Amino acid sequence: MVSTVLPLKLDEVFVRRRGKRLIGPVTAELGPGRLTMILGPNGSGKTTLLRVMHGVERLSDGQVTWAVPQTEAQHHQAYVFQTPIMLRRTVADNLRYPLQLVGAPTAEITEKVEKWGARIGLQDRMKLQATRLSGGEKQKLALARALIRDPQVLFLDEPCASLDGASTRDIESLLTGALSAGTRIIMTTHDLGQARRLAQDVIFMLHGTIREQGAAPGVFDAPSCAELAAFLRGDIIA
Amino acid sequence: MSDIYDGLISAFWLMVTLDPELMQISLRSLQVSLTALMIASAIALPLGTFLAIRRFRYRRLTISLLNALMGLPPVVVGLIVYILLSRSGPFGVLGLLFTPTAMIIAQVVIITPLIASVTHQAMRELWAEYHDLLISLNTSQGQRIRTLIWDGRRNLLTAALAGFGRAIGEVGAIMIVGGNIENATRVLTTAIALETGKGDFALALALGFVLITLAIGINIAIHWLSRTESEGRW
Amino acid sequence: MIRHLLAVATALMVSTAATAEEIRVAVTTSFENSGLSQILLPAIREDTGLDVQLLVVGTGQALRLGQAGDVDAILVHSRKAEEAFVAEGSGTYRREIMYNDFVIVGPEDDPAGIAQAATAAEALQKIVAEKPAFVSRGDDSGTHKKELALWSAAGLDPAAFDPWYRAVGAGMGASLNTAAGLDAYILADRASWLNFGNKAGLALLFSGDPALFNQYAFIPVNPEKHAHVRNDLAVRLENWLTGAHAQDLINTYTIGGETLFTFNAKPE
Repeated sequence: MVSTVLPLKLDEVFVRRRGKRLIGPVTAELGPGRLTMILGPNGSGKTTLLRVMHGVERLSDGQVTWAVPQTEAQHHQAYVFQTPIMLRRTVADNLRYPLQLVGAPTAEITEKVEKWGARIGLQDRMKLQATRLSGGEKQKLALARALIRDPQVLFLDEPCASLDGASTRDIESLLTGALSAGTRIIMTTHDLGQARRLAQDVIFMLHGTIREQGAAPGVFDAPSCAELAAFLRGDIIA
Repeated sequence: MSDIYDGLISAFWLMVTLDPELMQISLRSLQVSLTALMIASAIALPLGTFLAIRRFRYRRLTISLLNALMGLPPVVVGLIVYILLSRSGPFGVLGLLFTPTAMIIAQVVIITPLIASVTHQAMRELWAEYHDLLISLNTSQGQRIRTLIWDGRRNLLTAALAGFGRAIGEVGAIMIVGGNIENATRVLTTAIALETGKGDFALALALGFVLITLAIGINIAIHWLSRTESEGRW
Repeated sequence: MIRHLLAVATALMVSTAATAEEIRVAVTTSFENSGLSQILLPAIREDTGLDVQLLVVGTGQALRLGQAGDVDAILVHSRKAEEAFVAEGSGTYRREIMYNDFVIVGPEDDPAGIAQAATAAEALQKIVAEKPAFVSRGDDSGTHKKELALWSAAGLDPAAFDPWYRAVGAGMGASLNTAAGLDAYILADRASWLNFGNKAGLALLFSGDPALFNQYAFIPVNPEKHAHVRNDLAVRLENWLTGAHAQDLINTYTIGGETLFTFNAKPE
């Protein structure tokens, strides 16, 4: 997949809510073709940063720009939430929905829905109400629904929090598949093991700012800032 | 107790013999209340949904107003509609007073706030659930409303049925604007009031049982229709 | 599903087509409750082709409906109010049709002993002396007005009565239901009383005083005031109501063998 929307540039971005600074100043540039893992302790601003990049969080200051206008860039992104949001419809209708929104031809919809249903192992339960799936199945469905429009950029906010090992493995294999197909992935995680397994790039957030950015595995082996070193050791940092 | 027993027996016979007067009154009840329900739903369902997803300046005021209107006594609605439609009132030239149309108007006024309010409650919940996803998927305003209405259709059905229940069981307003004219504007509830007035409790009760049967029947029918509907799109 | 509902609605809408020539007449509850309308209306339809739509209300509201032009004619029983109605130009003229009479109904054991009274005034005085529960229509209807006139003729003022006097503000039937529940005295028209199905412990205790006669009059609403009223139909109905067929039906109408109404329309 050829990326047309990247690079994504953040320039002196601030997000403040009720007088409190959530993130900022954040300046960064994300180019094509890699999996970037955003790390950091709770409350460091990971989710806010992800939402800023996706364009669903109002900026208090600064700019987020893509290689194309914002509205066009929006069409090539997808976002998977920490708690999967299931439409109150069947599995098949959940998969179908993003394609219906853009008015895809029926034949294409049918084919893709079938393909992705099989890929997440729900081919026999396509007519089941999505809200009745287990947590892991819901997250897989949410991921498939995000990938079904072939996004150039995929955001994931702790997709494997509260999932068991098997589901986590399924999700990670879907992610590596998407990555090798050329999808740019930007995600957050709490799981240092997952970070080491998947990350090609690491952004380390602390107190709403980026403290370190670098390529894996170098950044894991020799972090340049003391806080990241402590975080990777498993220490509590405040 | 014997009144209730007599009422049940008379209700049974009135229904199995398809008593023509009863049929006519029941059909009129259905006609008035279903028409009112449809008009009210056409206004209230989109309005309630709109109030749930759009933030605008007078939103809170509109919602408070809706809730206040919901508690409006039907008799007051009837009186106001009566004054408006009276020959000496502003819409007197239309000659609508004491017609089924006047009853429909009164019922629409009574049940629209109810349906809109229940819709708003249900849609607000659904919107809170869907908000992030629909924003993320870059949906248009129209797509959002359609998605919410479709996925919340069972709640909306409940809202509509609540409205229907209120409409078909209502007597105060339609008595005033309809006049309970035999063969013209007499419906089940006004007939019940009339028979009670005559002290014929058995017949009044019989009509009451017919009303209850009708209301339950419609509820079951609509639920059944909504369940057997084919897997829809949106 | 919406398509189903629309189909049903359309079918229902179509079924409300207008039929014969319709005339709206506001009548008093006492007239409707007598059951006489069930006899007269089909005959009127057959003889004149008129579809009479009755609005059954109290006399007070009937007069208001006439003033507003919401009905084509009124048939009520409260002479003073009727004369005022015609005098103010709301009605064209007042034509007497028939009369029935009021009766005083009360608990069977008659604690006030009104059954022995010689006149209506005496009966009322006995009630005031005993202060049993008394239910008044209290709704500005013809019956209510009659009741007030009777109190005043007996030199009494209901406004000063203790709580035993209950103005319920309801129609004849509802008031009778209340009286039955309270075991109270009440003034009712004979027809409503005879047709009333929930007599419980009540009985007819006093009647026959000419002061209790209840004259019904027909008043067409003035077309000069309300151009849309169907005065032509009202006149046609009046001619029928004052004619021979009406006379026959009214005079022979009985409930339980009792004659209720006396036809007394004078030929023009």
